[in-house]
Formats: sequence, C-alpha cells, structure tokens
Amino acid sequence: MTGTITVPQGPQYARIMSVGAYRPERVVTNAEICTRIDSTDEWIQERSGITERRYAADGETVIDMAVAAANDAIHKAGITPEEVGLVLVASCTYPYLTPSAATQIAVRINATSAAATDISSACAGFCYGVGMASDVVRGGNAKYAVVIGAEKLTDWFDQYDRTLAFLFADGAGAVVIGPSDVPAIGPTKWGADGTMIDALGIAPSFLEQRQDPINNVPKLYMQGQTVFRWAITVMAQLAQEALDAAGLTADDLDAFIAHQANNRITDALIRALKLPDHVAVARDIVTQGNTSAASIPLAMSRMVEEGEAKSGGTALIIGFGAGLAYAAQVVTLP
Amino acid sequence: MSEDILAGLAAIVNEVAGVPVEDVQSDKSFVDDLDVDSLSMVEVVMACEDKWGVKIPDSEVKNLKTVGDAVTYISANV
Repeated sequence: MTGTITVPQGPQYARIMSVGAYRPERVVTNAEICTRIDSTDEWIQERSGITERRYAADGETVIDMAVAAANDAIHKAGITPEEVGLVLVASCTYPYLTPSAATQIAVRINATSAAATDISSACAGFCYGVGMASDVVRGGNAKYAVVIGAEKLTDWFDQYDRTLAFLFADGAGAVVIGPSDVPAIGPTKWGADGTMIDALGIAPSFLEQRQDPINNVPKLYMQGQTVFRWAITVMAQLAQEALDAAGLTADDLDAFIAHQANNRITDALIRALKLPDHVAVARDIVTQGNTSAASIPLAMSRMVEEGEAKSGGTALIIGFGAGLAYAAQVVTLP
Repeated sequence: MSEDILAGLAAIVNEVAGVPVEDVQSDKSFVDDLDVDSLSMVEVVMACEDKWGVKIPDSEVKNLKTVGDAVTYISANV
C-alpha cells in the first residue's frame, strides 16, 4: 500500500517585514576601556572605528536581550506572536549547551505555535538565519519566522586583553520574515572553511574546564591579522557573488550592511566592491562595538529608524566569523 | 633588484598607509617609525603578494619588522 505524501506549499517569495533592536543601557567609552588595557582612545578609533559600545547589565542575559528585540520586531511587523511558526536564534554566547536559547525565547515572546532552534554560526549566524527562514517560509513550513541575533560577549572575552577588549560588546537584533508578493530576499551565498578553526573562536572546551577549572576557562580568541586578511579578500568575493546571484550590481544598492566587526574591514570591502557613493554604509559599530550575530540586525535597525536608508531600499547584507562561516544575501529593507 | 623592490614597497606603503615615499627606508620599522599598524601591514603584505607573486604567510608577517626585512624576504622568495 503506497500513498502520496502531501508536501507543504508556500508563497513564491519571502521578505523581511520588520526589524527590531535592543541596545543595553550601559555605555562604555574608550576611556573606560583604557582603565583596563594599555591603550588610548585614538588607538582604538584608528584600529576599529569604535568610540563607545554597550554592555549588558550584570543580571541581563542573552535571552532577556533577544526577547526585547523579538518583541520589537513582532510589534512592528503587525502580526501576533501566536502566528510565528519558527524562532531561529543566532548566538555564540548563550551559556547553555542545551536546551536551546530559542525554546526559552519562544515561550517568553508567547510564540506558542513556533518551532524553535539555535544556529551556531557565530558572526555569520544572522545571515544564515535569514537564508533558512526565507526558505522555510517559501517552502510552506511556517508563515512567519523570527530570526534573532543576540550576544553577551562580555561574558566570554578577557577584559584585560588589549588585542580584544576594545572590540566586543552586547546587544540583540531581530527580524520577522514572512510572505511577499514580490522578490525581496535574494539567493543566500554561504559556506564554511573549517580549516581556519585557529583564527577565531571560544576555547578551551567545557570538558577541559572540568579538568582544570581555574586555567581552562573558555574565552574568546582571535588571530586579528588572519581574520582581517580573510575578510577583506574572501568576503569581498562572497559579497560580489551575492550581488551576482541576485542579478544586481553595486549600482543597484541603497545600503551595504556588513557584519560590524571592524570599520577597517568595512572600508576594505567598500573598495573591493567599488561601492558607489550613493550607497549608505552601516557604521553601527562606532557606538555599538562588535556584537557578533546581533550586529547586522542592529545596524539595519539604526539605518531604517534614522533614515540613513529608506524602507523598501535594496541592501546587501554579509556576515562572517568563527568557523570560519559566512553568508550573504541581497534583501529589501523593511 | 633590491632597489626596485624598495621603490615598489615604498609606493605600496604610501598607497595603504599614506606614508611619504621618501620616508620608507630600509632601516625604518613599520610599526615604530612609519606608524603602519597590524591591519595596514596585512594590506601591505597582500599588495606585495600581488605585485611580486610571492607568498607571505601570516606566520612570516610578524618577522617583517623593518622595511629592510620585507625587501630581503621578497628578494629571496620572488
């Protein structure tokens, strides 16, 4: 006896309906950073573009920040949380192996009908999520998906490491992805290069920490020059591939939103892509720092809210980080 | 040969970091004398690789402290 399996049917297109943000209250200036590391405001600004960043409060968690950003995005999308069919959370700083952050966030935002899971792709996680959510919506397995990037990096880096401490920060951003009448999310160009595990990550493992709890505390490590070189070469190619796949050129863009890792990387990508002057460039890092998976939705939120880029404009988004993992797509701004 | 490489390197350092060409001399330290920071150094290295077809791995970059170190490395590996 063989029957025919019914398969889901979705809309032809998906779009980003809204973007929400949560920025912790506490502003940390370069002057405060320089009380812990041997550096100066000028040095930090020259190497990163950062003037200040936001740190979560002591008791404030990845979940708390994610919930705030998701609620903001759901409200702006004009849907109810019960209509959300999928919650995807990109984070590399949620401090539990299981259950996922997404399950906790779904219950807090009242997404009672949603599947919920996490994406472990570090700074590339948000663009991975946009690609997955777009395909899930178009595939008919969820009408609406919430994609969240949420990070509390302050839990994981050495505050006294002068090569890292000025870069990283905390925050959360979220988008709602739903059906669209017109094309609004281009093909996802993505991949991973696991040969570069030593370039960036959090180590040692929890198992090693068990053996030596004092000396084996997991913390963020980065080979800055290696990551920089990779980002300004391989990621420039990826950005071009995402444009090509969408059938567009740099001239067609209204905005460019790279993962806010470092303004110097953004500058190099602009040169490599030969971005025209009319393209608005995300510089959220200046006052927000590097928030890993949260940085792209946070930057997108600022650009739309402050009118740097108009709703309905065309943006290239690109995420890249530990793995090394990377993903990019062209999207219509909410 | 070394003279040509020094001149080419000076042009690259000028392009990447805005250092006057005449300041880029063999005895000068990239970091201490020319204020070429670690990220600019990556861009200098990449431009050298393009120009001379040499491979300068990340592990080697830290050994290129002076302009002369870079000229010597490029000359030996070109």
